[in-house]
Amino acid sequence: MSAALLQVRAVTKRFGGLVAVDDASLDVAAGSITGLIGPNGAGKTTLFAVIAGFEAPSAGRVALLGDDITDTPAHVRAQAGIARTFQIVQPFAGLSVLENIRVGAYLRHRHRAAATASAVAVARAVGLDQMLEKPASTLTVAGRKRLELARALATEPKLLLLDEVLAGLNPSEIRDMIPVIRKVRDDGVSILIVEHVMQAVMQLCDVVYVLAQGRMIAHGAPGVVARDTAVIEAYLGHGAAARMQSQQSIAASVPHA
Amino acid sequence: MNTTGIFPISAVVFVLAALPFGPLSNTMLNFLSFAMIITLAAQGWNILAGLGGQFSFGHAAFFGTGAYAMAVLQMRFGINPWLAFPIAMIAAGAVGFAIGFLSFRARLRGSYFALVTLAFAEVFRILANTWNFTGGAAGVLVPLKSDPTQMQFGDKRWFFWLALACVTGALFVTHALVRSRLGAHLVAVRENEDAARALGVDALAVKLQAITLSASITGAAGCLYVQKFLYLDANLAYGTWISVEALLAPIVGGLGTVLGPLVGTLVLLGLGETSKTVFAKITGGAVPGIDLVVLGVLLIGCVAIAPRGIMGLVRRRAKA
Repeated sequence: MSAALLQVRAVTKRFGGLVAVDDASLDVAAGSITGLIGPNGAGKTTLFAVIAGFEAPSAGRVALLGDDITDTPAHVRAQAGIARTFQIVQPFAGLSVLENIRVGAYLRHRHRAAATASAVAVARAVGLDQMLEKPASTLTVAGRKRLELARALATEPKLLLLDEVLAGLNPSEIRDMIPVIRKVRDDGVSILIVEHVMQAVMQLCDVVYVLAQGRMIAHGAPGVVARDTAVIEAYLGHGAAARMQSQQSIAASVPHA
Repeated sequence: MNTTGIFPISAVVFVLAALPFGPLSNTMLNFLSFAMIITLAAQGWNILAGLGGQFSFGHAAFFGTGAYAMAVLQMRFGINPWLAFPIAMIAAGAVGFAIGFLSFRARLRGSYFALVTLAFAEVFRILANTWNFTGGAAGVLVPLKSDPTQMQFGDKRWFFWLALACVTGALFVTHALVRSRLGAHLVAVRENEDAARALGVDALAVKLQAITLSASITGAAGCLYVQKFLYLDANLAYGTWISVEALLAPIVGGLGTVLGPLVGTLVLLGLGETSKTVFAKITGGAVPGIDLVVLGVLLIGCVAIAPRGIMGLVRRRAKA
């Protein structure tokens, strides 16, 4: 097995007395879409912030392509190839859609013309090419999520960290967005995605990690993880797995009328 | 954000440059020269605050450093003013870098940054007022030598053209900056620093470059001030008056726009002078401070009606 693109090893993050992330490890294989799921407050966003360089871990290491980047500031990680989106979208509200994306494009293109061309190409790929001149503040929620994705993609990352890009979207918007994300991976960008929309996780992810109360409790193929006892209990409470199983066996034993 | 093209900038510069060929009174020429000095200071402020969103309340620190360097280099070291000018700009830029390094590294933002810059300017004012090297409370007097090689001109029009040339230079620097990578990064930091960092923007480096450039341009205004009035003391150089002038003009003219500081200065100073004259005529005597009342009303009006300044109004009209 080839070395993982991103390696997170035994990362712990404490805020005062609160342990938000506790000894969590994960790998993102090159070319994969890896999911990170877990109940609210599990520490997913904190772990993301540690990977992207916005929070320093209290313990543990983060490596990209084998290089230790634990102490590297966020903007240098972006240069190294890590791009992130924010759970709460952070557009440059006073700027147009094109100007927003171009800030990302300037990372790899020094000159305005090249950066603009690259930004326009990215906008087309995520379906924002009709709104280039619009102020970012006038976009809908779905539009802002796309903008968030486009800006990150414009930095031409190796690894894309998506923090709930589907949250707040309606079912048809989610259906529109899933192929966009899959296309990004097909174009060679590995993805680590935090998501609550299970339909999307099941469809998109090759591997899923489950974080609960800061600890990594399971990982594996999405279908396997969804049947994992520990995972079901983390979401639904202690004993839920046993109840579900007994209900399923009852349902199976009752003949259809 | 729309960027002002080269054409409107050139047109404005040509009109201003042509003014002294008309029947211009001495008072008017003095007014215009002074307005160019204030414009230059405001252009410096506009780069840091208008584009970068870092609202300084202490640009006097840079104006004064430029001015004192210009005066002291001539008087104590006998350096020709044409050479002292760029050295003074570098000195002002260095002070900008130092203040920026101390406050941005400590992650000061918003009103905290404004207060710290104000404090720095005040410290400089007190130091300049007590230190013998800068002439202390008596100030520095630059002797009158009406000689172009000494950057002093018998014909006042030449000083105006010199100041206008500096303003023009700053206009084109701002124009280029707005369209550059650094400019885009600066605006991104203003809009949302976290998002900018996520996109690979080194926020500290960007802000440091901005404050250094901003300070040296405002420092150049200080140099011109010395050559125009040939006298300097701590309250003129480091007083809050210039910090206020430098920020009012871009706010009224249009924050972060290329022409905003120039338009704002001309409107503010013009209105101030006119209101003084008009009220003096109406009441039959000077009304002290009436220009400040008018400016206050204008500022409130600006914030209420045209938060993006005069340039914002012009742009909205042009679109409608």
